[in-house]
Amino acid sequence: MATFEWEDVKIEVDEDGFMEEPDVWNEKVALALASTEAVDELTEDHWKVVNYLRDYYKQFGIAPMIRKLCKQSGFTLKEIYDMFPSGPAKGACKVAGLPKPTGCV
Amino acid sequence: MSSEENLKQEDLLKVDYKPAAKDWQDPTIDFEAKRGNWCYSGVLDSLDYLDMPHPEKKWAPTDEDWLLPENWKEIILDGLRLRLDRFRTLRLFMDTCVRCGACADKCHFFIGSGDAKNMPVLRAELLRSVYRKEYTLAGKLMGKMVGARELTIPVLKEWFYYFYQCTECRRCSVFCPYGIDTAEITMLVRELLAEVGLSIDWIVTPVANSFRTGNHLGIQPHGFVDSMEFAADDLKDIIGMDVEVPINKKGAEILFIIPSADYFAEPHYYTLLGYMALFKEIGLDYTFSTFASEGGNFGLFHSHEMIKRLNAKTYEEAKRLGVRYILGGECGHMWRVYHQYMSTMQGEQSNLEVPKSPITGTVFENAKTTKMIHIAEFTADLIKHGKLKLDPSRNDHWTPTYHDSCNPARAMGLLEEPRYILQHCCNNFVEMPDNTIREKTFCCGSGAGLGTDENLEMRLRGGLPRGNAVKYAQDKYNANILLCMCAIDKATLPAVCDFWAPGVQVGGVHEMVGNALIMTGEEERKVDLRGQPLSGKEGAKDV
Repeated sequence: MATFEWEDVKIEVDEDGFMEEPDVWNEKVALALASTEAVDELTEDHWKVVNYLRDYYKQFGIAPMIRKLCKQSGFTLKEIYDMFPSGPAKGACKVAGLPKPTGCV
Repeated sequence: MSSEENLKQEDLLKVDYKPAAKDWQDPTIDFEAKRGNWCYSGVLDSLDYLDMPHPEKKWAPTDEDWLLPENWKEIILDGLRLRLDRFRTLRLFMDTCVRCGACADKCHFFIGSGDAKNMPVLRAELLRSVYRKEYTLAGKLMGKMVGARELTIPVLKEWFYYFYQCTECRRCSVFCPYGIDTAEITMLVRELLAEVGLSIDWIVTPVANSFRTGNHLGIQPHGFVDSMEFAADDLKDIIGMDVEVPINKKGAEILFIIPSADYFAEPHYYTLLGYMALFKEIGLDYTFSTFASEGGNFGLFHSHEMIKRLNAKTYEEAKRLGVRYILGGECGHMWRVYHQYMSTMQGEQSNLEVPKSPITGTVFENAKTTKMIHIAEFTADLIKHGKLKLDPSRNDHWTPTYHDSCNPARAMGLLEEPRYILQHCCNNFVEMPDNTIREKTFCCGSGAGLGTDENLEMRLRGGLPRGNAVKYAQDKYNANILLCMCAIDKATLPAVCDFWAPGVQVGGVHEMVGNALIMTGEEERKVDLRGQPLSGKEGAKDV
């Protein structure tokens, strides 16, 4: 486990920079995590994706299906990759403070 | 850390096959210099959940001290002795190799890395040298002269490095005149490593999730239902009809088990839509289960004990729901477990029946013991009996080629059925070169728990032979999609294709079935299951 610091944010992260404690996430933390994902600015579109992921995570304890994220947020997978270069699971989920999906993904 | 952006094709193509100057018996590895070629260690919470031993804090392969227990050597040697007694195969594999070299150039990791210790013969020798030292007279007396090595911490670290550079794909075994199964050697070394707290997270966290929630991803029952209902709605938008998705339905005829990535990730998801469309059309009386919500069994990559613990739910759930038999989806390694371990581990299941297709009446005698059949057998049988109306022109936008996923091909011999299905569902099906398909198929390079991003360089090196064959089909026949029947393939072949054969997509066999299937009462199909316009319907809007 490592500590990641950005401005006044100080969080515990794993080797890939995913949050160890998703519950301490807030918008400032999202900005901090975005800085590690080659995302310079969190636009309204970025927030739409991040907030959708957060809401789903609160309800189900996991990220939504990628297809569901696309359909419900109204973005194509390519647009999500354009926003979060590491993609929905590894980029967008990381910024939203969700745990890293594992298995055959 | 390696990422696809800073790995270049021309660099990875410079493979030097000349053995390193240093003595092969020297085990030292510079883990820092080899970043991109190994995986992170197991997360402690997951190890605790599984009651697996681990040090007080998480270690990293780059650390000098791997925080081993004081009696680590005793644990390993006792464990090895126990396994030599328990598994006659292991003793045979330790004793019979004649160094003929038939396996040497058959491993995708050796082909892609040139590292001599990735030759299956030498990989096995890493264990065999210790076996020789401890358990043979020649080794005890003559030591190094006869290739015997003392078990030391650097040797243990070398095991961790190379036995997590084997995907247990068993291609080498096809060529071994003695039938030595390097995958079994890898499995047993991984078991030993786990006993002293050395494991990788891409295996132990999916295993812990699976133990807790039934699937690798940790999806709970309400999340499972949400995803399936969403998929049914999505399919409705394409076919214009309601789709019912039975979940935990007691008394259903068939329990259907799929890898969890099918209801989470892309491109797996389109295969899920394919299954749903097929079952709707034939009116199959089946059910999904929120408990047996994973076909995959990462226990296979960890230890025999773990295979058994995770596999137990399969028959338990079949019994609870009162089904007649089990049907399994497009997963790779799950078939190694179902086909070769399950009935031995769990015993005779008298409450289940020999699988019989309710549509064609075919009795699957081959599954008399396990009571479980593969969906490719099931679907091929439907087509053979003329029970499906198929319009292969709906797949005309694809020129597919087929990657035999290692385990369905080599562990259960499922070579003809997927091809038979594809030849009926696609007009443009093409094959890759003979020595790269069927039982000689090349691994994706990311199986057996190695499909994680920190291991990307090794994955792409291991993916070189497969990628090269895909490139051949792309150049020669304009192949534009690589189909497979394994969720790990679907997750990791996109990176292999992007790197070695850019422009080739990855998909599943039942995605093609779903596209081609003419359904009773359907609306005119304008898009495929991906929502892409069909050939000749390019004006159609994506849904």
